[in-house]
Amino acid sequence: MYQYSDFDRQFVQQRAAQFRDQLDRRFAGTLLEDDFKPLRLQNGWYVQRFAPMLRVAVPYGEIASNQLRVLAKIARDFDHKEDNDISNAVVALADVPSLPDRCAHFTTRSNVQYNWIPLNRAADVMDLLASVNMHGIQTSGNCIRNITTDALAGIAVDEVADPRPFAEIMRQWSTLHPEFAFLPRKFKIAITGAREDRAASAWHDVGLRLLRNVDGDLGFQVRVGGGMGRTPIIGSVIREFLPWNQVLNYLEAIVRAYNRFGRRDNKYKARIKILVKAEGQAFSDQVEAEYQDILTIDGAPHTITQTELDRVSAFFAAPDLNCDRKSADAKIAHILKAAAEDDVEFSRWLTQNVKPHQNPDLRAVTLSFKRLGSAPGDANAEQLERAADLADRFSAGEARVTHEQNLLLPWVRCDQLPELWREARRLGLAKPNIGLLSDMIACPGGDFCDLANARSLPIANTLMARYQDLDELHDLGEIDLHISGCINSCGHHHSGHIGVLGVDKDGQEWYQITLGGSDGSRLSGEAVPGKVIGPSFAAAEVADVVEALLDTYRSHRDERETFINTFKRVGVDPFKTAANAVRVATARPTTTA
Amino acid sequence: MTQQLQLFPAGSLDAESQAAGTLAIANDADPREADLSGVHTVTLNFPGFSDGRAFSQAFLLRRRLGFAGNIRATGDVLIDQLQQMQRSGFSQAVLRADQSLIHGQQLLNQYSGFYQGDAVAIQPRFAAVPA
Repeated sequence: MYQYSDFDRQFVQQRAAQFRDQLDRRFAGTLLEDDFKPLRLQNGWYVQRFAPMLRVAVPYGEIASNQLRVLAKIARDFDHKEDNDISNAVVALADVPSLPDRCAHFTTRSNVQYNWIPLNRAADVMDLLASVNMHGIQTSGNCIRNITTDALAGIAVDEVADPRPFAEIMRQWSTLHPEFAFLPRKFKIAITGAREDRAASAWHDVGLRLLRNVDGDLGFQVRVGGGMGRTPIIGSVIREFLPWNQVLNYLEAIVRAYNRFGRRDNKYKARIKILVKAEGQAFSDQVEAEYQDILTIDGAPHTITQTELDRVSAFFAAPDLNCDRKSADAKIAHILKAAAEDDVEFSRWLTQNVKPHQNPDLRAVTLSFKRLGSAPGDANAEQLERAADLADRFSAGEARVTHEQNLLLPWVRCDQLPELWREARRLGLAKPNIGLLSDMIACPGGDFCDLANARSLPIANTLMARYQDLDELHDLGEIDLHISGCINSCGHHHSGHIGVLGVDKDGQEWYQITLGGSDGSRLSGEAVPGKVIGPSFAAAEVADVVEALLDTYRSHRDERETFINTFKRVGVDPFKTAANAVRVATARPTTTA
Repeated sequence: MTQQLQLFPAGSLDAESQAAGTLAIANDADPREADLSGVHTVTLNFPGFSDGRAFSQAFLLRRRLGFAGNIRATGDVLIDQLQQMQRSGFSQAVLRADQSLIHGQQLLNQYSGFYQGDAVAIQPRFAAVPA
């Protein structure tokens, strides 16, 4: 993974020092809260329902074992519920006593969040993060956010080119960009380098896909104007092929057009998707004209040189893992076969949690953070440390935070799979449920988040409890279940095969169900928002509704057809009928989105 | 050598902004459509500090149009944005009334360098500093 230079390290330290000064002024009263807010947000500090929330950047998901250990230390030493005065908090949507603390939370944008660190300890936490080159720069605020990619980047068997060097070059370009720190709204960029889009790129403000043209040259297909929230829109292709070395110049043209013309009068209409939708071809023309001016008048100073691409790419070379392929093949096959026959759970783990690798001697292994009794993506201090140990022993000291809120070990030798499995199982991180129903995505919801209309975590817990049986989970097969506590869609309900959206009606929590959403992966097909199946359901009904949907799938499916394909074939009606049949309570009718 | 942003307390250039050779460009206007002949100072306005349009306007004036005169930031100008203003092409900033000029001066030198090129130091770090 990328290794920080003296300059990079100093930069992060100077950022931590800048934040300490701002925090000091805030506490001294010389910096007003309204003026401080965007500054703290651009360092990852929100103020939530009970306490601040810190979002730590994990650029394109790559994290080293020493960084995981510092995250563990922060969880243990700083993430304390009792350090916050919650006596006056409005607790309408939260179950405070049961809320976890002393833990970190993996997000869908491959960052890490904490929910209980008091603001008066914020500067110390930032210094601690800086000690391992970590920070919260641009994890929030109306700026270019942490750039995301595919958890299998650089190791996927279907990869055209490794997106990580480009993600790193774009990270550097976007970090503290003087012109683009106060955009109309947040701005999210995703890159995929593989044939299958595992980065949900069409759902981003800018989605970049690495590809080769007919001449074999490497470039990007550029999409713009995708996003979730209350107006889910799939990004439009604005460029079919952009030479790789022009990507910063082209991004500059897009973001400048957005900064100048994006709406600032209405927060809900301020994302670039609204501008793209309103302007259509005129937006494309504006971007192309600006791009041409950058090339011809400005001299295109951000054209990426081959030297720079080579320099950055060198950091992403595969670690030397001392594989001895010639003698290993037969032996590995034998070990794995014997172990799998010996234990059905190991066999399932191999199927669900272990992915093929560009190096045939290696595998990518997902540690599951989806288990009963914990919120999806939560990891306590102990688990973070043990995961760091696993990364050191089995994955060259590296891990990745995945879009599905798990940790992935990218460099695991095949012959070490049985041993890794035993260790991971001992830690409760080997549940063979990756890609299955219980590997659900959920946002923190009303328990923690100030924006939420309803809780997500109790819904996730109830479904987790109901679908514990591994035989049943494997029979149901691959399915994306996504849960959001409000229309801001942090739980990506729009892209779930089954989406659950918390809504508030008359001060009560209700849940709207969507079906058939897609993130754009091969399993799900073209990216598309799910369809709402009628009025909302009460919290107590959601698990029954999901069960009814799954039973409908099982009664209609052909052989090994997946849920999403059955849904696409038979349509929404049988699912809708089944869901409504378990309805007991009815929300006050309102117009549905 | 980068010219340091000149800081002014609130109200100090009010009279001068009416003088000949000074042009105010509205926050939503395209600076490329402005007539800059005889203009030595352009004022750009921050109606609220979080409205970032003037950063792009300054960039276009300085870089795209090669405007060599003063570019002055007015309105809701906070000391925490001064470095950003300097890098976007501003040469003068008139601070909001409650802002500390002395602290602002210190904040102009918080970083020893940046990654990307800007309106003043045009080359990005990767092009300016050979690996």
